[in-house]
Amino acid sequence: MSDSPKKTPLYEWHVENGGRMVDFAGWSLPVQYTSVVDEHRTTREAVAITDISHMGRLRFEGPGAAVFLAELLTRRVADMALGQVRYSLVTNDDGGILDDVLVGRYYNAHGQPFYVVVVNASNRDKIVDWIHQHLPPERANVRGDEVIFTDVTPVWAMFAIQGPRAMELLQPLLDVDLVGMKYYHGDQVRILHPAAQRQGGIISRTGYTGEDGFELSVGANIGRAMWEAILKLGEPMGIIPTGLGARDTLRLEAGMPLYGHELGEEINPFQAGLGSACHLVGYDFPGRDALKKIESQPVDKVRIGLELEGRRVARHGCPIYVGEQPVGEVTSGTFAPSLDRAISMGYVQRGLAKVGTEFEVDIRGRRVSARVVDLPFYHRPKNTKRKSQ
Amino acid sequence: MKPEELLFAKTHEWVYVADEEGGKVATLGVSAFAVEALTDLVFIELPEVGRVVEAGESFGEIESVKAVSDVYSPVAGEVIAINDELGDNLELFKDDPYGAAWVAKIRLSDEGGLAEMMDFAAYEKQCAEDAH
Repeated sequence: MSDSPKKTPLYEWHVENGGRMVDFAGWSLPVQYTSVVDEHRTTREAVAITDISHMGRLRFEGPGAAVFLAELLTRRVADMALGQVRYSLVTNDDGGILDDVLVGRYYNAHGQPFYVVVVNASNRDKIVDWIHQHLPPERANVRGDEVIFTDVTPVWAMFAIQGPRAMELLQPLLDVDLVGMKYYHGDQVRILHPAAQRQGGIISRTGYTGEDGFELSVGANIGRAMWEAILKLGEPMGIIPTGLGARDTLRLEAGMPLYGHELGEEINPFQAGLGSACHLVGYDFPGRDALKKIESQPVDKVRIGLELEGRRVARHGCPIYVGEQPVGEVTSGTFAPSLDRAISMGYVQRGLAKVGTEFEVDIRGRRVSARVVDLPFYHRPKNTKRKSQ
Repeated sequence: MKPEELLFAKTHEWVYVADEEGGKVATLGVSAFAVEALTDLVFIELPEVGRVVEAGESFGEIESVKAVSDVYSPVAGEVIAINDELGDNLELFKDDPYGAAWVAKIRLSDEGGLAEMMDFAAYEKQCAEDAH
């Protein structure tokens, strides 16, 4: 038996409020409170809050932090502006994907910059080991170039507050202008609510739903109080808490990859359609030379979106065929609540990825027709448009 | 129907057995507990009329947003009717799991499978244990 699942600062709240708890990446988290479809729709139409305190948060500071991260991540870091957030990958020496991460640059109370790298819960131990491998004491303690690395996951709670009314809900709580905050930007904030006990937090205009929204980190000790305060403030806007079930259907409709499904060590960024997250000139990082070689050759398979006939769902592992020829595999699938149809992501051989290409997918021994569509599957309505990165 | 009048399978189907035309006919459905656990139903695939099933055989599937589940026949026999209303009215599973949401009627070829089934009290106990 493995160790019992870890609990976020919201664990008791979830249990007390009807959360159906499941073990996810070693954490006990609610898959849903009521219905996945209701939770999904509320996120699209109003606002919802999700406990994402299981996500790994790794903090880097010290004068050598920027260069160390530039030599760890596939995406440039050294040129990041204050408050900027970037999507990046961590690759192994062969260019396989170890994790996909968000890196943000902020200032601490002493005016010194620090970085927060948000990693997948399922990859946290692996990435922490990888960092220790690449940050031995002789590297971390170079005089004048020190790198201080701290895994702050247990001491910070993190919430995703997503939906068209997220800004209206959060603005009165924070001392920064959220309207002016661009997508993939964030800030250190004061929280203007007694529940925060004068503590600050970090807010970023990021998310995993395809809606406008924010992710908020606060101290674990005030996690529950802040969660309850946000729910109370959001009542007039129709806020509800949402679980992992809706998190998955929302990210799937938004065409966002999930590690362990669309991403893995056997997948390279070009296959995954994430070449833009790799800067192959400048700083050297593990896998850079391998990725240069991979980039110079045509990809063998590519990530696609599929729409299926009928209402049966092709999920992870369903083989994709042209006639009797296997040409790929589904990596995720669901019934998409906002589209009222079955959708999947998967990989197919290069040359078969064109929009409109027709396939058959084997679902539990029976074939269903499918066709390639553009990603994302879902676009949020234009009236909530925001400035892009 | 009241759940106390039904027999339940470990796999969460219920049956109601009645004498019809000299034989026994089982009406089969899915328990309220299972419907609640699945939530967000999107599709049911029903067996074909005339299909002969063994006890414990999967003969249909229910797709929910989260997962797909088999529907098993806890009894052996021939499918003599299916509920055509269900496909377009999946909310019946929630509204009336032990009535309007019946799935199929099976003319029993033997009654062996029934002995394996539980009464409602025993089934509720199993569900309570599963929940922990």
